[in-house]
Amino acid sequence: MQNRVISKKDLAGFVDDLIKTKAAGEVIGIQAKDSKFNFGPLKNAAELRLDYDIALLPPKKYFFPQIETVLKYEFGATPKVEPVVNDKAMCLIGVHPFDIRGLLLFDAVYGGANPDANLMMKRQKSVIIGVDCLTPNPKAFAASMGTAVTDEGFDLMLTDIGNDYFVTVGTNKGDSLIKKAKTKEATAADQEKRDKVRKDALKKYQVTLKMKPDEIPALLDANWESKVFNDKAATCFSCGSCVMVCPTCVCFDVQDDPALNLKGGERYRRWDACMLSEFAKVASGENFREHKEQRFRHRMYRKGKYLLERYKYLGCVGCGRCAIACLAQIASPAETFNLIKEAK
Amino acid sequence: MVMQLSAKQSLHLPRIAELIRVEKLSDREKVFEFKFDDGKELGQMPGQFVEISIFGVGEAPISVTSSPTHRGSFELAVRATGSLTNKLHTLEKGAKVGIRGPFGNGFPIQTLKGKDILFVAGGIGLFPLRSLINYVLDNRKDFGEVNTLFGCRSPQERLFIGQLQEWNTCKDMCFLETVDRCSDDSWTGNVGVITTLFPKVSFDPAKTYAIVVGPPIMYRFVIAECLKKGLAEDHIIMSLERRMKCGVGKCGHCQINGLYCCQEGPVFTYAQVKSLKEAV
Repeated sequence: MQNRVISKKDLAGFVDDLIKTKAAGEVIGIQAKDSKFNFGPLKNAAELRLDYDIALLPPKKYFFPQIETVLKYEFGATPKVEPVVNDKAMCLIGVHPFDIRGLLLFDAVYGGANPDANLMMKRQKSVIIGVDCLTPNPKAFAASMGTAVTDEGFDLMLTDIGNDYFVTVGTNKGDSLIKKAKTKEATAADQEKRDKVRKDALKKYQVTLKMKPDEIPALLDANWESKVFNDKAATCFSCGSCVMVCPTCVCFDVQDDPALNLKGGERYRRWDACMLSEFAKVASGENFREHKEQRFRHRMYRKGKYLLERYKYLGCVGCGRCAIACLAQIASPAETFNLIKEAK
Repeated sequence: MVMQLSAKQSLHLPRIAELIRVEKLSDREKVFEFKFDDGKELGQMPGQFVEISIFGVGEAPISVTSSPTHRGSFELAVRATGSLTNKLHTLEKGAKVGIRGPFGNGFPIQTLKGKDILFVAGGIGLFPLRSLINYVLDNRKDFGEVNTLFGCRSPQERLFIGQLQEWNTCKDMCFLETVDRCSDDSWTGNVGVITTLFPKVSFDPAKTYAIVVGPPIMYRFVIAECLKKGLAEDHIIMSLERRMKCGVGKCGHCQINGLYCCQEGPVFTYAQVKSLKEAV
């Protein structure tokens, strides 16, 4: 597999071809939504905005939809039950490295022990065309999480090197796709340009984690009783916004929805949030994380320790979406980890 | 990402089972016996749980109360508490439900073999424990001395009364019962919380494993009593309750610190629980 260089005009042609031929499935791309950006089905290459800072919602929604039907059933003496798996092929264009790291965590959670057909069948059929983030959001801290650049999790990775995009080829699938486009072989000079652009982008991150990411678990281990959790949680609305925008939040609820004609119904799963007050409540009324500071602490431990220890990927990729979404301005894991470290 | 998956492998897909018997245990609890339509066994180990579905209502995690030594069907004993369990209580013989599982680690049978056992059940903690008690009685020669303590709040809340009677007269184990309080003379047995039974049993702490299942408040006192008697922390085994929505380590609801109650649990040793700050 040889890395390539593609002119911006030819990239547009490549994207338009993908949309027209559906060679890699439905094309989803990052596009402007008022003054912000979000992923959506692409009608043409002109809609694609690879120069964006952050997508409102991470691309996980295409593999782990907000609401997803998992069973359909008909009532009766013996109910008829069918699993529902929507595994249409998709090609996502413009995924930032930190969001790719989020998808890799999903693969570890949903593809490891007890693999989940609903999520993994979509993942297996999908193509990920990433783009390096050169204009990070002011709340992002991916540079200090080591997630601003990735060397895995993509089929193709684009880097804006001026008039052209550098195309890092990640998989054979990506290789065969890009071969259909008009490209040049990347030279050592092109690769130097890519590396410099990436390095310069790291300096643009405004929020810094004041430790190495692999120091977070030990920091948390030593600070279960930290006052920081209480101080921060004091103004928490328990609204769950931080979780709803998070690329690494993997939890869900399962609910039944009987049809209006009462002949059958569906079972669906939908995003759930450990910051919501009833997340750990059992039917008897016992709530194992009744207080918001317990929930706040749990989220921070998931981000900084639990997921890492279980799945080898940190539960935070430094995208900053939680910090953007949080009305109380308490959600940034970097800020909490820094405060705990400083309080020591 | 090399595994080949198909929709049929959906983690959410239950097997259909028929309700073949319902028995009232108390005002709030019933035991339900099920048999799979495909004739297969559940294949559970004592202490494991299933997710039971009533289509149109939902799913709930319920521990299996029958022993795997009982073949051909399985029993779930259920208190009517939430929307699923209340609906379940209205079902009659012949009704069909969905079953996923068994899930969870179950009690450590291999560790317990050849050892003395002290069972301590509080209230409906008897439901999961009954599976293991009957398993031990059915494989009696594999285990040493067995003591069983059962406590509930009042004589009216005693469960599986026929079974309690059997255990009471059974020569294979020492069985003691108490109720927290009794305001009339319908009850001539022990009165007092379950820890008041401890002075009445003798066991060798070095050879004994205590298996304790009950409400969170009971754990605090019973564990203290076990430790006082000289049991090692990893010889005290408990089963914890959480909201296990998926049963397969994905949904996050049952998480206790970094562990998933549906995967590493619901059975834990006290030595483990002690290091889990959110456990009890």
